[in-house]
Amino acid sequence: MTGLQDRLTPEQIEAFGREMDAIRQRIVADLGQDDVDYIMNVIRTQRGLEVAGRALLFAGFFPPAWLAGVGALSLAKILDNMEIGHNVMHGQYDWTRIPELSSQKFEWDTMAPAENWRHSHNYIHHTFTNVLDKDRDIGYGILRIDPAQKWHPYYLGNPVYATVLAFIFQWGVMLHDLEFDRIVRGERKWSDPELKQMRARMAPKAVKQVGKDYVLFPLLTGPLAPLTFLGNATANLTRNLWAFAIIFCGHFPSDVESFTEEETENESRGQWYLRQILGSANITGGPLFHILSGNLSHQIEHHLFPDIPARRYPQIAAEVRAICEKYGLPYNTGPLRKQLWSVAKKIVKFALPPKPQRSAPEPDTLARDKVSRAA
Amino acid sequence: MRLAALAEALLTPHGIDRYLELVHPMLVRRELRGEVTAVEHQTADTVTLTLRPSSAWRGFQAGQYVRVSVDIDGVRRTRCYSPAGSQHRAGQLELTIKEQGLVSGHLQRMRPGQVVGLSQADGAFTLPGRRPKRLLMISGGSGITPLMAMLRTLADEGHDGEVVFLHYANTPADLLYAGELARQAPNVRVVTAYTHAGDGFFSRKHLVAAAPWYADAPAYVCGPAPLMDAVRAVYDREKLGAQLITEEFTPPELVIDETAAEGTVRFAHSGVEFPNSGRPLLEQAEEAGLSPEHGCRMGICFSCTKVKARGRVRNAKSGEVSGEDNEEIQLCISVPAGDVEIDA
Repeated sequence: MTGLQDRLTPEQIEAFGREMDAIRQRIVADLGQDDVDYIMNVIRTQRGLEVAGRALLFAGFFPPAWLAGVGALSLAKILDNMEIGHNVMHGQYDWTRIPELSSQKFEWDTMAPAENWRHSHNYIHHTFTNVLDKDRDIGYGILRIDPAQKWHPYYLGNPVYATVLAFIFQWGVMLHDLEFDRIVRGERKWSDPELKQMRARMAPKAVKQVGKDYVLFPLLTGPLAPLTFLGNATANLTRNLWAFAIIFCGHFPSDVESFTEEETENESRGQWYLRQILGSANITGGPLFHILSGNLSHQIEHHLFPDIPARRYPQIAAEVRAICEKYGLPYNTGPLRKQLWSVAKKIVKFALPPKPQRSAPEPDTLARDKVSRAA
Repeated sequence: MRLAALAEALLTPHGIDRYLELVHPMLVRRELRGEVTAVEHQTADTVTLTLRPSSAWRGFQAGQYVRVSVDIDGVRRTRCYSPAGSQHRAGQLELTIKEQGLVSGHLQRMRPGQVVGLSQADGAFTLPGRRPKRLLMISGGSGITPLMAMLRTLADEGHDGEVVFLHYANTPADLLYAGELARQAPNVRVVTAYTHAGDGFFSRKHLVAAAPWYADAPAYVCGPAPLMDAVRAVYDREKLGAQLITEEFTPPELVIDETAAEGTVRFAHSGVEFPNSGRPLLEQAEEAGLSPEHGCRMGICFSCTKVKARGRVRNAKSGEVSGEDNEEIQLCISVPAGDVEIDA
């Protein structure tokens, strides 16, 4: 018997699954004009900030204008990637049949081509959430973030890799799809046709992205080219750091659990919901914080209902939490600083080899360890 | 043009339209939209909209149709309408729409200044390049619109051949374009029949009375299904079927039995066709030897989203049945309800 499946009795897990389904049905039935108005408003704001940011950089010789320009452009990129791109590409607005809001047509202002990301994120990560050897978001093929990942001296560099990744996050997200670690281990061939297709999508996208931020817009500002270049680089960096922070807080704080393939075999719908809750963590904050995080601050709700418009997550969070309490399930949440600190500790801790004997129970353990200890 | 390419490169990945539309919805360069410039109610249950298409509009051939899109309760809905104006009036599109169904109902309440989505014109229901000397046009109700377009196009071209325009309306109050039909040039003979006022429905007698030479001329027909069927029956009986050029005005009513697996599933690009087994489309496609891109098989990842060209599917998650042409569906949770064609 395994941890994930022992958590609740079969009757409980079924009732729990039904309660989650009921939330979903209620929200889906209520979707309408307000949801479209909301996302269109966010898009308008994003476009406005982007145009304003680009325009202000034409006056970049004046330091306050440069700063304001970078600020506006950073916010535009954050909104584009988080509340718009991520959510639209999850199919949250496919029901509107509006092409600009179609998960299959949307392209975002970052290096990773939408189509590659939809495979690695929407399919792999969201289907196999926190399943070891399946969900490649566990450490992104670079980091050791879970005790069940076998230690190797390479992981001594964990904190360095994480820091570098934070700075170049948009490139990291793009390269994530190539699964370099698997190529190195010989599990995947560079000439694999699927990989070839992915690479074929990357080059043109990267050329366009680099072209506008680092060639065209700087050139257009003439003598200010270096300042514009620097401004655009700063905006990209700000977005990188922000996205990294929010995304790492989604699954890596302490007490988030991971699972084995065996314990997730033949999962029922209720068990699938349960795994999403145990494998995700929220961040508390105000409405603006939630918007800027693309509502990934409601990572638990997002993983339960990835295709429901993200603006609905705050609406149902209290209810999801109450259901968790009712069934004695954890609901991992806390302010950004607490979650970030927890992630940082984990990155450092798992850089080191596991201690041979344990004196006290560790906070970061697989569910099955807890059960075996309890037994 | 070079400036437009530079603008696109600067505004990648969203493209110039996504910015221009925020200034004004009609400024879009690639997409096609129409601004309502005039609204007229010719009869109690129709509206005639005059639209000014945006710059991408390439014009149309009389008889063709355009897809009109409007957002209703947050959902974009699309229906086809045939422009009723002459194809020679550039930059102007006239649609006469009968109040029936969601989109047509919505369009009844349009006001000047409002903007709708448009497609380029499409359809093979058009006049031949060399205009026939003698022509017969038969229409019913709002099926008059593509034929009105032909009539007006021919007038603009100074066509002087003999044209008979046989039109069916319920009562005189339902007759569209009544004034204009009464003022036609001498070579055009307009015959109106009021089905609810004693004239009855289409018959061979009507045909002979209106155009005794009907056996020697092409006949363009557009209207409700019973009218189309009646005309086809007369022509078929006289082995004149090849002279009929028809436009389906209303799609045939479909009776959906959600429990029975009926119809044929067709994947257009691969040309694979198989009988519907009642299972989700992804499974059926795989059983037929296809391997569509897919992911979670539970409707959450949208990896298997494809365009359904035609037919109705039931969403296994919501139970909702949808039958719109060219709509995106998720193969893994869509069950065909009758004939379905997928663009894959």
